[in-house]
Amino acid sequence: MNGSVTVTDTPSGDLHAPSRTAERLRAVRREGRPALVGYLPVGFPDVDGAVAAARTMVDAGVDVIELGLPYSDPVMDGAVIQRAVEHALRGGVRVRDTFATVEAVASTGVPVLVMTYWNPVVRYGIAPFARDLAAAGGAGLITADLIPDEAGDWLTASDEHALDRVFLVAPSSTPERLALTAQATRGFVYAASTMGVTGTRATVGAHAERLVADTRRAGAEHVCVGLGVSTRDQAAEVGAYADGVIVGSAFVRALAEADDQQAGLHALHRVVEDLAEGVREVRR
Amino acid sequence: MRSEVDGGTRGVSTDEAAAEAVGPTTSAAGHGPYFGDFGGRFVPEALIEALDELETEWAKAQADPEFAAELAHLHRSYTGRPSIITEVPRFARHCGGARVILKREDLNHTGSHKINNVLGQALLTKRLGKKRVIAETGAGQHGVATATAAALFDLECVIYMGEEDTERQALNVARMRLLGAEVVPVSTGSRTLKDAINEALRDWVTNVETTNYVFGTVGGPHPFPAMVRDLQRIIGVEARAQVLELTGRLPDVVAACVGGGSNAIGIFHAFLDDPQVRLVGLEAGGDGVDTGRHAATITGGAPGVLHGARSFLLQDDDGQTIESHSISAGLDYPGVGPEHAWLASIGRAEYRPITDAEAMEAFRLLSRTEGIIPAIESSHALAGAMKLGRELTVEGQEPPIILVNLSGRGDKDVETAARWFSLLDEGAS
Repeated sequence: MNGSVTVTDTPSGDLHAPSRTAERLRAVRREGRPALVGYLPVGFPDVDGAVAAARTMVDAGVDVIELGLPYSDPVMDGAVIQRAVEHALRGGVRVRDTFATVEAVASTGVPVLVMTYWNPVVRYGIAPFARDLAAAGGAGLITADLIPDEAGDWLTASDEHALDRVFLVAPSSTPERLALTAQATRGFVYAASTMGVTGTRATVGAHAERLVADTRRAGAEHVCVGLGVSTRDQAAEVGAYADGVIVGSAFVRALAEADDQQAGLHALHRVVEDLAEGVREVRR
Repeated sequence: MRSEVDGGTRGVSTDEAAAEAVGPTTSAAGHGPYFGDFGGRFVPEALIEALDELETEWAKAQADPEFAAELAHLHRSYTGRPSIITEVPRFARHCGGARVILKREDLNHTGSHKINNVLGQALLTKRLGKKRVIAETGAGQHGVATATAAALFDLECVIYMGEEDTERQALNVARMRLLGAEVVPVSTGSRTLKDAINEALRDWVTNVETTNYVFGTVGGPHPFPAMVRDLQRIIGVEARAQVLELTGRLPDVVAACVGGGSNAIGIFHAFLDDPQVRLVGLEAGGDGVDTGRHAATITGGAPGVLHGARSFLLQDDDGQTIESHSISAGLDYPGVGPEHAWLASIGRAEYRPITDAEAMEAFRLLSRTEGIIPAIESSHALAGAMKLGRELTVEGQEPPIILVNLSGRGDKDVETAARWFSLLDEGAS
């Protein structure tokens, strides 16, 4: 069940490994601005097309890449990403393609996180998955349906392979859960701006700013905000209080609505650039 | 609490049974979130507060005599509980000479065991102060039951149903709409029950402040598996006492069909501490487990995480959910409740596949020999009884007693059966 990445030695554990994502967020903060985190699903429109798209995003100013591992039952995703993922799965994308994609994108030097639902990792084996993700140069995982309470094996494996583990908080999270999540997280805490699933929205949830403040108070060094951010103004608005702005559906839609792949990459470049300018407009 | 029925000579008092049904469960049973290695809460963080709230409120309700009384009143005056048991000697001739006794959940209001669960959860919704309920449905039985309870309790109700199922079960869609529910066809993924659950979970994440998710089976994240079980265990509590009263002893086998597994857990549970009683779950074998076209999750699946719980599921090498296949829409689900996975792993219950053809033969036989048209789901349990009866009957010895949970009636399945048995005149479809 190994991926296409050749794994020779299991890297030895380093419990005090620095977080690559956190390092990038700190560097961006020194520039006096928030980071732009960009999501795309692996295998959309196809495996090579997704690599080209992710590299385009890096060229256009994304600071951290989030690659979605296509899964048959994406309960946290709205219609745009659901359809892209279905397209990728129908195209025959496999879990091992995720490792190959990570490797191809990580070579740009940008931290690459994999966003996944939990069953594909369980099926692959949590320790082998961590090993192969690390070997491919991946920075870590964002786990949409895994809370720290259920993550014992992943905490161990991510320590051993010095991987980031991004857990989510939501406007409904209690102070106790914010503390628990902040403590278990490495890289950044993913704050869901609103109660809901991924997708573009006219306004970003009003709770987001308070949630970021509460999560920091609960001990998180970095908090990035996702769900519903799709425009330059929203990026600037959210970036004024968050360490990073996470954008997915707006990018996927740029690719999905284009007539062909070249046009898709062109449209994607334009949307990313616009949002990248948005986070650079933020005055701290 | 077992002492209430141990004498075996007492009739079933609905109030007592209901009080026991929502009371603490036996020591043999897990309370969740884990059943051995199975169960848990594999959901987005956004839902955790609602699950915690549900767990707390359910614990309070279980300890509240008023809740038990209210539920018992509904059981008696609305559902028609206790449901009777019926011995079926003409059908039993096809079961190797065993005595076969049916627990008649098909006689409940709305036609299946699903009402037991939704009435409890509707009462709970009131206690939570919520005004809107959502539910998933496959065949439509749980959707109809939920729409019924929503009408009774004046709750806004949205039912998610795979687009393919809305076409297969158009009459149930109409029933739900008559009852005032909004039915939302789900067109993503495989357009069946699993995708309806995905969509209901998305709705819940978005509207959790105002909305209670009335989950239909003993699956999903904790506390659903334990809570739905506690609401369904009245089936076994009643049946155990009724069989004792009728026969003077416990049954040798309790048989029930297993999709998600709520009717099976419901009848198994009161027998968990009776080691001499074999508990047999009959899974939907579709065209046969070796064909890959089936819904026999424990027989033909592997452990993994789906819809909030770690359990068995049908999945490929990458952990992608595989579409299930069964003639019975109510069993056509690639997952199963975590407590069943646990009971299988410790050997307390056994799970066997029944093919579409075997189930339809049992469907035909019960209709013809006893004048009872069963749901195709329950027909899997009847087919199991036919096999088990033949296996267990020994010449010259007292016949074995098989208790079958007849979880639903077959009205909804007449069209499917008519096609299967070519009962319709040409052009009259």
